[in-house]
Amino acid sequence: MPKGEKRTDWRFRIAHREALIGCALAVFNIIWWYGFAYTLGSKPPEDYTYIFGFPAWFFWSCIMGFIVMVFLVYLVVKFVLKEVPFDEERSDER
Amino acid sequence: MNWEVLVPLLALLFVIFLIGMWSNRKMKQSSSFLSDYFLGSRELGGLVLAMTMAATYGSASSFLGGPGAAYTIGLGWVLLAMTQVATGYFVLLVLGKKFAIVTRRFKAVTLIDFLKERYQSKSVVLISAFSIVIFLFAAMAAQWVGGAYLIQTVTGLSYLGALFLFAVAVLIYVIIGGFRAVAVTDATQGIIMFVGTLVLLIGVVIAGGGIDQIMADLVTENPNLVTPFGHDGQLTAAYVTSFWILVGVGVVGLPQVAVRAMSYRDARSMHRALMIGTIVVGFIMLNMHLIGVFARPVLPGIEVADQVIPLIAMETLPPWIAGIVLAAPLAAMMSTVDSLLLLVSSSVVKDVYINYFKPDANRAHVKKVSIGFTATLGVIVFLLSINPPELLIYLNLFAFGGLEAAFIWPIVLGLYWKYANKHGAIASMVVGIGSYIAIYQYNETYGNLFGVHAVTIPVFLSLIAFIAFSLIFKKEPYQF
Repeated sequence: MPKGEKRTDWRFRIAHREALIGCALAVFNIIWWYGFAYTLGSKPPEDYTYIFGFPAWFFWSCIMGFIVMVFLVYLVVKFVLKEVPFDEERSDER
Repeated sequence: MNWEVLVPLLALLFVIFLIGMWSNRKMKQSSSFLSDYFLGSRELGGLVLAMTMAATYGSASSFLGGPGAAYTIGLGWVLLAMTQVATGYFVLLVLGKKFAIVTRRFKAVTLIDFLKERYQSKSVVLISAFSIVIFLFAAMAAQWVGGAYLIQTVTGLSYLGALFLFAVAVLIYVIIGGFRAVAVTDATQGIIMFVGTLVLLIGVVIAGGGIDQIMADLVTENPNLVTPFGHDGQLTAAYVTSFWILVGVGVVGLPQVAVRAMSYRDARSMHRALMIGTIVVGFIMLNMHLIGVFARPVLPGIEVADQVIPLIAMETLPPWIAGIVLAAPLAAMMSTVDSLLLLVSSSVVKDVYINYFKPDANRAHVKKVSIGFTATLGVIVFLLSINPPELLIYLNLFAFGGLEAAFIWPIVLGLYWKYANKHGAIASMVVGIGSYIAIYQYNETYGNLFGVHAVTIPVFLSLIAFIAFSLIFKKEPYQF
């Protein structure tokens, strides 16, 4: 960026990082979901093993996948996301 | 008339009216009618934000069409439905704080406000408003028909009578309440959806003799039902995975979802909404679709997919509980309809009429036009729904794809890419919508191109168009 222009808002750096985290979470989610569903699930149905009554592919891909995502989102919200003010100028009032 | 089921349903409608009226009283105290009616004064807390996103998004297709498809296709459809878990966290993280900050700076009240300010182009505004009106009409009509079918199944009223009942209920509280009423009632409805799903799941599992028994029954009937490939083995990995774009990450481009990402109070609300939203969306999607699959051994031979959930609820639960549970899909449809109605009327009234025809309109005039237009729209959709086309529920997904192809890049790149400009945005919208409609038609006739859902290719084409046209015409960084 040329000199003299307005510096990038500090809040945007945080926002950009958090957007990338969102993408990373989605990529992880897709890999987990796809990986379990189409490896364990591609066996012939008579060879399936069952966990809590569900076929193993379904249990790992959909049920555990969901639980793992909730846990990851919890970690991100708890430890990574930063609180920033949204309003202009009076950023540090209130 | 099935009064034991009907009374809890009517009680719910009444509670929603009360909430709408309460919200309306609050609106009188605030200073800007527009910002309040269409955005709730950016005051939403975490719970309300998460629930309003879940409820807007969870519509007839997640409560009736989706589980109905799962009933026919088996666990493969549940796998497909789970692509939607991403909507719980992805939208809020990706649009996230930057969208919240920028839309406040722009004083944007609608998605189109944001695009107008960012791209400074009348064409962008008009194309946006036009595509919102066209595609959301389709989405809305689908919800109205779903709602009418549901009321019809429960009450035994005629289709027309049921449609009328649904329409009146929706219209009254959208008109009196605006966005805040919609958001707050969405939250109530989200909670009803969550609890209803849980109760129905328990009911179905008990009726089916436990999960082991249900799975054994499914395997006996057709082993394909427990594979990821569908009852006839036709559900390919590529097709199912392309739903990550349609109903997973692509949801960023849906105006009705994006507008919610500018309505929250502060960062803390957003953080809470991330947590609650992920849990609620995942929970409802997983369990509603599982209910559809589990319903198969319990109640075999249901012909109309949309009736699976109402019938299974009335079969497995005591009548008054069934009434409350069926309030869940009704709640989902009402909340989807009211948000869409509001969005369409905001696009026309605020983004076109006030921007270009009457910029100096006073508060009373704006209010009269907004409410009048919202009501007119409702009546038009009602008339369209009287004679619904065969596959109206599919129109809903069609609308999703069209809006995503149009808006995803103008929103995302407008926010994060400094070289994004109006030429790119216009090219992207035109290419996105055009190729989407063309490919959609092609797929209807010849089967899925490259084996993926129609939205996939247009999303990539519109990205290429966006970047190419932005760079060709004017390479000038944009400073927020």
